[in-house]
Amino acid sequence: MKPLRVAVRGIGAWAPGCAAWPALRDALRDPGFAAAVDGPRRPSPALLPPAERRRVPDGVAVALEVGREAIAMAGPLATGSLASVFASAHGDLAIVDYLCATLAGDPTLLSPTRFHHSVHNAASGYWGIATPSMGPSTALAAGDASFALGLLDAVTMVVAESRPVLLVVFDTPAVGLLARVAPNTALFGAALLLAPAGTADDAPVLTLSIAPRPSTIPSTANAAFHALCGSSPAARALALLERLAQADDTTVDYPMDDTSTIALHVGPAAPPDATAAAVIE
Amino acid sequence: MPAAPLAMHPLAITAFTATTAVGRGVASLAAARDERRSGLVPNDYTEAATGVALSTWIGRVAGLEDVRLPDEWQALDCRNHRLAWLALQQDGFVDAVRAAIARHGASRVAVLVGTSTSTIEASEAAYRHFAQTGQAPSAFDDPALHHLHATTAFVRDLLGAHGPCATVSTACSSSAKVFAQAARLIATGVVDATVVGGVDSLAAGPLFGFHALGLVSSQPCRPFDARRDGISLGEGAGFALVERSGAATDPLLVGYGESSDAHHMSSPHPDGLGARLAIEAALARAGVGHAAVDYINLHGTATPKNDAVEAAVVAALFPPTLRASSTKGTTGHTLGAAGIVEAVVTLIALRDGIAPGMRVGVSTDPLPDDACGPQIRFDDAAHPLGIALSQAFAFGGSNCVLAFSRDIDALRAARSR
Repeated sequence: MKPLRVAVRGIGAWAPGCAAWPALRDALRDPGFAAAVDGPRRPSPALLPPAERRRVPDGVAVALEVGREAIAMAGPLATGSLASVFASAHGDLAIVDYLCATLAGDPTLLSPTRFHHSVHNAASGYWGIATPSMGPSTALAAGDASFALGLLDAVTMVVAESRPVLLVVFDTPAVGLLARVAPNTALFGAALLLAPAGTADDAPVLTLSIAPRPSTIPSTANAAFHALCGSSPAARALALLERLAQADDTTVDYPMDDTSTIALHVGPAAPPDATAAAVIE
Repeated sequence: MPAAPLAMHPLAITAFTATTAVGRGVASLAAARDERRSGLVPNDYTEAATGVALSTWIGRVAGLEDVRLPDEWQALDCRNHRLAWLALQQDGFVDAVRAAIARHGASRVAVLVGTSTSTIEASEAAYRHFAQTGQAPSAFDDPALHHLHATTAFVRDLLGAHGPCATVSTACSSSAKVFAQAARLIATGVVDATVVGGVDSLAAGPLFGFHALGLVSSQPCRPFDARRDGISLGEGAGFALVERSGAATDPLLVGYGESSDAHHMSSPHPDGLGARLAIEAALARAGVGHAAVDYINLHGTATPKNDAVEAAVVAALFPPTLRASSTKGTTGHTLGAAGIVEAVVTLIALRDGIAPGMRVGVSTDPLPDDACGPQIRFDDAAHPLGIALSQAFAFGGSNCVLAFSRDIDALRAARSR
């Protein structure tokens, strides 16, 4: 395949001890960074009316907030038709735990609000309503490779349809019995606003290709973040975010399955490339 | 709004299949149409699974309890995987995929499956076991079973494909949106073929959840009928093989359109604005006008709101000669599998030259709602069909409309109309 190139026009992030991308960027440059133990438990999603901010589940809150940060960084942008991809391995585990526990007790007590929060596209739906955006929006999962497959979906949409796409990836901490089968321990979210390469002069360029070779979980220099990459599929985004924080020519590999790899190259802004434009004819 | 999308390169559908409450494989859906048969039955699922009865009707796939997965997959045994496995065995689908893998190479074949609840039934059972005994069942320690991507990974491993593999979960539009993603993976050269599909088996969560929202009918659902009062849930699975090119007689994916309502989490936009955007985008990619569409398989859930909004959109956009119907009265609402099941119904309509009508209740005569224009049809009609749409409008306001053509000649004719 011909490598796919996109510009990274905006970044948003929320991780333990880092409430926004500038804080996380500084932390990623500091091998000794450790999150303060008394930091906020979850972000307050500024896109929602104040009364709603505490009512939405953790996954929705973190997804909306990192998405908002990424599009704010890109500057003025028509959000009315902005496309989006929301990737998460498990969605909101606290809601899934509630659902299963309630069904095991008295199923007739199931809360209609919690039920509509349980759909995997809850964050996608809230995003459309809050921004507001009527653009295409997808919610997907791919196990441990959820970030990599979410990125592939967003990149193919940018290239095939010549339009900006917001990628949001998030995980929530495992609760109850589910903690036995999902290792997630932290709330984490990251967002990348991707656009056709050549449309933003000063944005770093991401080049994606698929290589027929295995690879291992990508690493970060900071040990705490590296541990997070191992326990939260969404937090594997940290390895790419670390390369974006360095702003040099650099590469990072993401395992797609046991036999193949999504290989990424991060480089400084490049001149416009006509061949990267619309492929669908 | 952005400029309308450019026409897309049509993609061949080289194999397709579906398994639902009316039976296994494509022939069962065609037979149910010809026999005017609904697969809906009184709900006997929730009482057996949870001990709590729920007065509604369901579309249950017969014989799933007796399906046995091959020995090497026993650790992943659950209702959703039995349904996936059963559906894959029909219509020569596995052989068609293996032939595509031989042609293109395993790494050039992607697998994208839509589901709303995946293997949640197994997780629900583990929680019940824990509530009753204080211990989780030993099988609960297999993380491969208890996550949203479980069924998609199972399907990929069964088929032996090694291209990109992802689960789409946008509720009731999940297995429609996989066609759009397949088109993008092929257009960008990432793969040459994609297995798209959807699998959603019955589970207590959606049954009691939709009941809590007041959206479940106590009777067999009655799409577009004046007496309709809610959905009947069903289970189903289906798959299609989408390739860059195929035989001249293969049906084609000619367009797709996706949008968000940006209105409400569980209620459609009152003017169907998101639905209209998705329809217009699908037609623009197909390069055909509204008058070229011969048949629409509607979302038609039989909730009062969905059907009123959808009927008004169809009446506003399409000529009275269009034939449009919902499949929900036949199969029930198969949630994450609805997109693929109804895409298969649409492909059968194109193949047979029969625009299917609708079942409203198991044996009742229809009483069309006042919102229905002449496009909404309750009776079958033998009629050559060239271009057809399949519509999916989901919870969370996620819309996806697919455009199919009977073959390349039908597309050429439609584009010149």
